[in-house]
Amino acid sequence: MSIQVRNITKRFGAFSALDDVTLDFPSGDLVALLGPSGCGKTTLLRIIAGLEAADGGQVLLEGEDASARHVRERQVGFVFQHYALFRHMTVFDNVAFGLRMKPRAQRPPERQIREKAQRLLELVQLDWLAGRFPSQLSGGQRQRIALARALAVEPRVLLLDEPFGALDAKVRKELRRWLRRLHDELHITSIFVTHDQEEALEVADRVVLMNQGRIEQTGTPEEVYSQPATPFVYGFLGAVNLFHGRVDGEGVRVGGDLLPGTARADGPAEGARVMAFARPYEIDIVADDGADGGMAAKVSRVLSFGVTTRVELEGSEGQHLEVELTRERADALGLAVGQTVRLLPSNLRVFEYEEGAGI
Amino acid sequence: MARTTRVLPGFGPALGLTLTWLSIIVLLPLASVFLKASNLSLVEFWDVVTAPRVAASYRLSFGASLAAAAINAVFGLMLAWCLVRYRFPGKRLVDALIDLPFALPTAVAGIALTALYARNGWIGQWLEPLGIQVAFKPLGVLVALVFIGLPFVVRTVQPVLEDFDLEHEEAAASLGAGRWQTFRYVILPVLLPALLTGFTLAFARAVGEYGSVIFIAGNIPMVSEITPLMIITKLEQYDYVGATAVAEVMLLISFVLLLLINGLQAWTAKRTGRDR
Repeated sequence: MSIQVRNITKRFGAFSALDDVTLDFPSGDLVALLGPSGCGKTTLLRIIAGLEAADGGQVLLEGEDASARHVRERQVGFVFQHYALFRHMTVFDNVAFGLRMKPRAQRPPERQIREKAQRLLELVQLDWLAGRFPSQLSGGQRQRIALARALAVEPRVLLLDEPFGALDAKVRKELRRWLRRLHDELHITSIFVTHDQEEALEVADRVVLMNQGRIEQTGTPEEVYSQPATPFVYGFLGAVNLFHGRVDGEGVRVGGDLLPGTARADGPAEGARVMAFARPYEIDIVADDGADGGMAAKVSRVLSFGVTTRVELEGSEGQHLEVELTRERADALGLAVGQTVRLLPSNLRVFEYEEGAGI
Repeated sequence: MARTTRVLPGFGPALGLTLTWLSIIVLLPLASVFLKASNLSLVEFWDVVTAPRVAASYRLSFGASLAAAAINAVFGLMLAWCLVRYRFPGKRLVDALIDLPFALPTAVAGIALTALYARNGWIGQWLEPLGIQVAFKPLGVLVALVFIGLPFVVRTVQPVLEDFDLEHEEAAASLGAGRWQTFRYVILPVLLPALLTGFTLAFARAVGEYGSVIFIAGNIPMVSEITPLMIITKLEQYDYVGATAVAEVMLLISFVLLLLINGLQAWTAKRTGRDR
């Protein structure tokens, strides 16, 4: 089922949690709401679920205005960060809960309920825990049970609020992959909230980046990573180098150095104060100190493990910079700590200066 | 036996001290009751403790105490709910009022209740035409016991309710459960152990209550005499042995009932997976 959110606003006192948010969630997609804590992503999710009421705007479920409908009637499955399993019920009873609470006329016979709960436990591969209580389960197991419980009532939408937030790194990674596989099997429209960019990029079909109650960018993981639309997105997704300077012809002047760039017609005007971004792998190192262009920097650390070599440098104004090179390239350069080199960005992205944006 | 490493050692001394303390404070006085009563032969004992007036007092004492505890369980839960869930003006005042029955000398409570419920009292004059008599009837005993048992359920349930995570209710609602279903299947089971504890305490207090009851009960033989009053009456007649015999029966019944309720509590704890 498709979800549309129209002009949603929500305030908590003087704090604006959501500011005129409009979004489309296409049917069958797994979408990540990504952003730093306090950006409004969880509030948005709770408004879609009906757990929170918006101050203004509409939530459309399959084109139909659901703003006035109670969470009970929205047929959404909600998975909480801290699982919210009923601790006085066995795992099995937790999963069967939704079916047993149905009005008598719609409630399937107990035998069918048992079969269905059993099937769901098998789906999350935890049927062997049916008789246990939630307190006897690990965090990862609890979250899978919470998911099975939400799926039992055949929701039209699945909403997950930081589903892996309370788990340790290894379990997190496993569950991520598992969630993706599950989604590929069930194709239920799903939205999950996360502040972990790796998680969002790895799992989701589409990523919605939020900051301070607003949408910064939406797109596929590939799009948002390689073509960040705003300084915020650049800073939030992946490692990045930030340069403060002024537009100088095609490039950006940082202190005494000129970084080569490709000025766009719609870009900032000549002499404007800008922030320029380049990912670590979008910068080349020239060992010849006397070379023209680029920025002078001093090598402070060389980390070679894996396929790439990471070089940490100190820029001419003391800023911390990071460059990623292929092993061969690094070997050819033969970098030594303390050596002064020049940095040449190959793909510099320039944005108008913004207070507090970026990193 | 393998030695377990604990942060705070001292199982031996702690248990020893506990048992000694319990012996001095609880077991010793109780033992003296039994010792005193043993001056009677079995037949005499049986005659004393099953005398019609005494038997009637058991029924009233235990019946009214159970009923009062049950009433307090329902309304105490409601009070605790309001205090935890809602914000309203005067909330702190209400919160403080709840403990008042603890602090009030029971005789004061008895006199106040009698004044209210007597035939010409504020409430009594309205109930009289309806044919409801409270003061000097078993109903009056119940009212007094409800009054003094009020704080127990509120104070045991309140902290559990405060700890209750709202997410559980939201989860239940998102799974399609109605309001009543959410309360019945999600909230109540979590509160049940605390509710039972409060019930037990209110009951125990009610069984032992004397001061507030005797004023409002009127103490009519066979109708509104409570067991503690029977004991006092016997003492006033210098029938120490008879008094201890009745006390002994009261103790035994109380003990058995408390054991039963504790058993029930253990059972609910086990059923809800908290017994580990």
